[in-house]
Amino acid sequence: MTLIAIILIILGLFFFFGTSIGILRLPDFYSRAHAAGKADTLSTILIILGCALYYLDYSHYDLASFNVAFKLFVIIAFVFIGSPTATHAIMDAASSAGVEHWSKDKDKS
Amino acid sequence: MIPFLYGAGLFLLINMVLVFIRAVQGPTVIDRLLSINVIGTKCINLIVIAGLIFSRLDMFVDIAIGYGLLNYIAAVCTAKFYQHNKTLSPDSGASS
Repeated sequence: MTLIAIILIILGLFFFFGTSIGILRLPDFYSRAHAAGKADTLSTILIILGCALYYLDYSHYDLASFNVAFKLFVIIAFVFIGSPTATHAIMDAASSAGVEHWSKDKDKS
Repeated sequence: MIPFLYGAGLFLLINMVLVFIRAVQGPTVIDRLLSINVIGTKCINLIVIAGLIFSRLDMFVDIAIGYGLLNYIAAVCTAKFYQHNKTLSPDSGASS
């Protein structure tokens, strides 16, 4: 079970590295928001799932650790719903505030 | 396992600094808001991993839930503010 937790956490870290690269290098705000919204949520789910599995295995599946693991799954459910919603709100604010779209021929400075 | 968690936490911190670079140089305020939102979400993971390292996860998981809620509310309310206030880059001055 610890091996599964390690694999999950490594996958989560890999996707989060993709997020930070995506946020740094993508040319336009909207593509950055796209990268931030999706990979951010996925890596959070993977990392916290790995931590929950490791904690369950670490404390030999007694009742108290099921309670804590349930709270961790509450975090996962909230981030799974909340993070894309927040990113959508930010993008809606950007589009209504007039952030212009990037286009291939317009070479931005 | 604990050294692995230390490595994972350090990797999270390094990536947070990378995202923070975008917050510093982001052309518009909305870029900064987006990267702070990403850093906030990553902070939840860091709190849970720290809880595991100190083997007191039952205390840290409540802190992570509280922080996640606050981060979400801050992002949505700030985004709502910038829907009406049209000044995106600080030097543009006049706000409608």
